[in-house]
Amino acid sequence: MRELFTADAGPALINIALLAILFVVAIAIARLRSLFAIVMLSGVYSLVSAAWYIAVDAVDVGYTEAAVGAGMSTAVLLGAMLLTARTAKPEKPLKKLGPFLICGATAVMLIYATVDLPGLGDPNAPANTGAGLTYLQVNWFDTGVPNVVTSVLATYRGFDTMGETVVVFVAGLAVAMLLGFGERSLAETLRTAKKRRGKGKEGEGS
Amino acid sequence: MKSDHHVILRVIGKCFIPLIVIYGFYVHFHGEVGAGGAFQAGVVLAVAIILHSLTFGLANTMRAVPPAFARTLAAIGVLIFVGMGFLTVVQGGLFLEYQALFAEPPGGHDGQHAGIIIVELGVLFAVAGAMTTIFYALAGRVAEIRDEDW
Amino acid sequence: MVEFVLERAGYWAIIGLMMIGLYIAFSAENLIKRLVGLSIFQTTICLFYVSLSKVNGGTAPILLPEDMPYYDAAIPKGTSGPDALLAAGGERFADLYHIYSNPLPHVLMLTAIVVGVATLSLGLALIVRIREAYGTIEADEVRDIDIETALAQELEQAKEIKEASA
Repeated sequence: MRELFTADAGPALINIALLAILFVVAIAIARLRSLFAIVMLSGVYSLVSAAWYIAVDAVDVGYTEAAVGAGMSTAVLLGAMLLTARTAKPEKPLKKLGPFLICGATAVMLIYATVDLPGLGDPNAPANTGAGLTYLQVNWFDTGVPNVVTSVLATYRGFDTMGETVVVFVAGLAVAMLLGFGERSLAETLRTAKKRRGKGKEGEGS
Repeated sequence: MKSDHHVILRVIGKCFIPLIVIYGFYVHFHGEVGAGGAFQAGVVLAVAIILHSLTFGLANTMRAVPPAFARTLAAIGVLIFVGMGFLTVVQGGLFLEYQALFAEPPGGHDGQHAGIIIVELGVLFAVAGAMTTIFYALAGRVAEIRDEDW
Repeated sequence: MVEFVLERAGYWAIIGLMMIGLYIAFSAENLIKRLVGLSIFQTTICLFYVSLSKVNGGTAPILLPEDMPYYDAAIPKGTSGPDALLAAGGERFADLYHIYSNPLPHVLMLTAIVVGVATLSLGLALIVRIREAYGTIEADEVRDIDIETALAQELEQAKEIKEASA
């Protein structure tokens, strides 16, 4: 029990606090019905998980999560929410039982599987002694780039990154094809603005 | 424009948008040394455009950054990435083997640095363009929502 | 036993979060809420991967000066050129002075997050189209409308066949 109160307790407490906030936010999302609150809380979830990424040394991932999860995806979700609805219909209590049982069973199976996993932060875990360690050792003489994440991303796994870039591009193209490229609405906005100004009404009301 | 109740938003936005763009490029070119990289920088640039449209209206933003430019940028980004791969093949290396760019001996890093920066530039263009296109597509659609839904 | 539990408590917390996301995706009839649940599920899977890459006492995988042999801050270019590699005996494997976390899961999750937002917005675009076609984004109502249209079509077809045979 005494080793719980050493210098290592600080990071552990940060982890516990962040994970507790994540739990609170996730349960709130599950219980809420206002879509605006749900979207905002999903942004909060992303931001807190970004803080947790920083706490486990993944600075690049934390940065990405903060920019993409908390910034971009909240903006996209808000835009979609404006186009669809504001509130979700209340769910029937009986319908919640099935998913609850399925999720509980899955959780039990996954927790049973973690018994075989190496402990959190184990330096001798197979995942940490294989390719990852080799990248760290080889990186400096191979590429001369201090940030190993960047060099793995662009050099060692450049082909992978090319695929991801194409996926992002295709997803953007697909969204534009589903919803229109936006020019039509631009023309409409300009027309209505001109009409408004022509009629002499008050500018930019709502 | 008699009563502009968004004046604080506009002034703050005007101050911040250039800073966000500069920060995006800083993250991109500093990604080799510190945390960050092209993916993050692309999203930061797209977020600057979104902030502009939130404060100045979508029509003004579409005049500043036309949707056609955004989707062309995304396509150019992918082309830069793939073109870099084929350039290394032409130089006699494997696909995306930056070492072959300047025909350096092992241990030489100029090709690696140039290759990484150019490839990440492609990622930056692709991500920024795609995210801006997505935002334009979602925000540019006319909302036909009823008032009682609010 | 206490140590065993403490080492795995992080995994269990992440699995709990994962299941909350899965539960939202399963139980919500509202399509946007369902997508938010899916994105929580995805974020939490990224948390799990990144937690696997944590090394005790390690730091972020950005090399510190001690781990960059022949690094000379005064000469930014050619800090470790071919000469440095020769001086090291042609050995590419450098011994690490500091402990770093595993960079590989970071790279995988970094790209997964960006692709995740792209696919999320694709799903949202589909939802916007569904709302325009059906006037609702509740999954059960969409299903009801689908069944109604199918039944109406079937009735019409039956009527046409009857008229043709008559």
